[in-house]
Amino acid sequence: MLNKLLATGLAAAVLAIAAVPAQAILPIQHWQTAGGARVYFVENHDLPMLDISVEFPAGAGHDQPAKSGVAAMTQRLLSSGADGMSENDVSRRMADVGAQLGGRFDFDRAGLSLRTLSNSRERREALDVLSRLLSVPAFPGDVLEREKVRLTGALKEADTKPDTIGSRTFYRLAYGDHPYGMRESGEVETVAGITREDLAAFHRRHYAGRYAVVALMGDVTRAEAEAIAEQLTRGLPVAAGQEPGLPPVAALAVGESRTVPHHASQAHITIGGPGVSRGDRDYIALYVGNFVLGGGGFMSRMTEEVRQKRGLAYSAASYFRPLQREGPFIISMQTRRDQAAEALEVARATLAEFVKSGPTGKELAAAKRNIVNSFPLRIDSNRKIHEYLTLIGFYRLPLTYLEDFVKDVERVTVADIRDAFQRRIRPDRMVTVVVGGDEAKP
Amino acid sequence: MTISGYLVRALLLALVATSCHAATDAGEHKLANGMRVIIKPDRRAPVVVVMVSYQVGGIDEVNGVTGVAHVLEHMMFKGTPTVAAGEYSRLISEAGGRENAFTSNDFTGYFAMLQKSQLELALRLEADRMTNITLAAEEFAKEIKVVMEERRWRTDDRPRSLVYEQLMATALTAHPYRNPVIGWMSDLESMRVEDARDFYRRWYTPNNATLVVVGDVEPQAVLALAGRYFGKIPARVLPERKPQAEPAQFGVKRVTVKAPAELPYVLMAFRAPALRDPEGDWEPYALEMLAAVLDGSDAARLNRTLVREERIASSADAGYDGIARGPGFFYLSATPTPGRSAAEVEQALRREMALIVAEGVTAEELDRIKAQAVAAHVYQRDSMFFQARQIAMLESAGISHRTLDLQLKKLREVTPEQVQEVARKYFRDDAITIATLDPQPLEGARRAAPPAGARHAQ
Repeated sequence: MLNKLLATGLAAAVLAIAAVPAQAILPIQHWQTAGGARVYFVENHDLPMLDISVEFPAGAGHDQPAKSGVAAMTQRLLSSGADGMSENDVSRRMADVGAQLGGRFDFDRAGLSLRTLSNSRERREALDVLSRLLSVPAFPGDVLEREKVRLTGALKEADTKPDTIGSRTFYRLAYGDHPYGMRESGEVETVAGITREDLAAFHRRHYAGRYAVVALMGDVTRAEAEAIAEQLTRGLPVAAGQEPGLPPVAALAVGESRTVPHHASQAHITIGGPGVSRGDRDYIALYVGNFVLGGGGFMSRMTEEVRQKRGLAYSAASYFRPLQREGPFIISMQTRRDQAAEALEVARATLAEFVKSGPTGKELAAAKRNIVNSFPLRIDSNRKIHEYLTLIGFYRLPLTYLEDFVKDVERVTVADIRDAFQRRIRPDRMVTVVVGGDEAKP
Repeated sequence: MTISGYLVRALLLALVATSCHAATDAGEHKLANGMRVIIKPDRRAPVVVVMVSYQVGGIDEVNGVTGVAHVLEHMMFKGTPTVAAGEYSRLISEAGGRENAFTSNDFTGYFAMLQKSQLELALRLEADRMTNITLAAEEFAKEIKVVMEERRWRTDDRPRSLVYEQLMATALTAHPYRNPVIGWMSDLESMRVEDARDFYRRWYTPNNATLVVVGDVEPQAVLALAGRYFGKIPARVLPERKPQAEPAQFGVKRVTVKAPAELPYVLMAFRAPALRDPEGDWEPYALEMLAAVLDGSDAARLNRTLVREERIASSADAGYDGIARGPGFFYLSATPTPGRSAAEVEQALRREMALIVAEGVTAEELDRIKAQAVAAHVYQRDSMFFQARQIAMLESAGISHRTLDLQLKKLREVTPEQVQEVARKYFRDDAITIATLDPQPLEGARRAAPPAGARHAQ
């Protein structure tokens, strides 16, 4: 069935870009539950399985600085028992039916996901556990204390690693006091102060039924999907007030550079700053442009200049991470410590030249060919389609997001890309972080 | 909760061994030159995965040129007389494809995922580089630097990768699994393009290769294309593969890795049999079940006891690596919680194994694992790439992909007594190697270190 849809929908999108396809590439069904949760569903019976997620505006961006880590700990403890079930009960019941419980946690979103057989017995058992975890989590005090110890150890361990140090330093400098500048899991000091009451309060405020986004992909009917969505959201807290939002991100006024000493054999280089938000009208131009700059693997200028021509690094890449507010634009690479200065110079020159002139017509055409022609690979599995449902749902993107994306990519010009990069990426106002290295002076 | 390289491998194995009837419709053919072609139609999306795997990897290297299998894998992207350096990647990219490659101990795989209409392009390019790689000295000079950077990034600066590398180098005396796939740094530094060329001439022949195609394809059409592009490449006699069998172990082996880190870490390997005869063997299936009893889910013993109840470990893992050309291994590992020691978690891991030796496992535990195995078999079919890689991996180890059904059946037949018996038989000091990470302060540390696992590209 995926195939049938793709064959018709894709032909419409790829071969007749100008025409509005009569049929959507993915027939996304969308409705709201009685309690106001947004539901996104693609029905597909090829495999006897179902992917489901329920997500909320409850990511790390919603933490208070003094209580950084509450959002992450809330999500982490969701599966630690609920409604009379201990954490071992939860684990056993899921394992007994072969269900896989997962979750998401990032700056914007938090929630739980489930992959289960669609067979009625297994599905009902797994969904019963999931709905209770979401609605009446126990947040057991002794589990909280244990997880604080584990997390603290993991944070200290991570702080010995050059990639973590580089990333932490970068986000702090690029975002300052904005929540995106905080560590997603909290800091060692703030995690220590988290209480059960903090978690319960965060759950009440952020995991409300009206804010929930339910995404379902797989082997159930519409009627079953409706019932599942009701079951999963009925018992959620009632929203109090407006949906939680995030403050705007300020553009960097000046560039800033930081060197952090480290013993590692490689220097870790990060360059970037605040980039683009979900739904931003510049996103397509930036995405396609970045494919040429550093996102297109062996096709990209970063890889060509740093790896192919000079053998300076195994990986040299750039990317945009679009979030609810302006997520970062990041260039990163690792190189032998005595080569850090050279690699940095090459990366900066490559970026500056790209921002100044944009891609060549030939590069743009090659990028478009990849992005348009690879479209079927983006939605060739239940897992990938489910991921798009969560994205479209949470960020309130149009249901036609995927076909619009292909059409918009086709339309982008060299001038659009140059213009977008010149407005959004200022090479003279970038954050540069070098961890390790013998001589790098960023 | 970081999963070290070996555990990813073990995990993949767990999935492989616990899978399934999915592959029953895969057709298998052999071209006149000995190249094998395995085609598995999956018509859910108009996409195709093409994988050419060569039965050659770290296991086929000799001292002084460790890492050459992986270096050659990098060089396979550096052009032929008709396809310039980097052109392979450009052609696949513009066709909307994604490509990469990987090298393991046992085999080397090259793959592309594309719209089904681009199947022929992928086959043509793979056939070309099977026999025409240029291996220019100037390209080699740059690429060997990239591989050294890869080694620094993957191993030298990652304490737990060093622990795994040292574990294997200690566990084995003669068998080439003792060398890291990415190679020792000194061997990379002294490697020449001729080394890669020799290796290419010896091993890259159609009679040492398997083409796996999974996707929305007509098998007869794929076979015709495979014949057109690969069929004309002449077979060559392969070098003799020496067994290099590992001599007996006479007692517990230990190694310590001092490296800058916060928490200690313990990784243990037990020698165990690998799967050779999917029909006649039973121990590998029992070992797979043993690994799952210990670490098959959050409800399994190690997490429940060591992490949740006793809180002695921040994480604890078990895995069985039984699909291999060489010896099999059973692994246990743990990270102590802050304030607890490596010795304490080592004792806790040993105690859990001893408990199984003494008291066995319950039927309830095995039923849970069997339910998970059945479900995992369904879930795996969601990824065409996984299916292609699974076929290539099994075949490289001499296990027919046609036995996937049989493997699931055999796994479901394992009894609690059999699990207890393999625990008793293989959990012995004379079969154990233990590697411990001894954390050093970050300040003032200066690296001394060396290298593990490997793959190519981005």
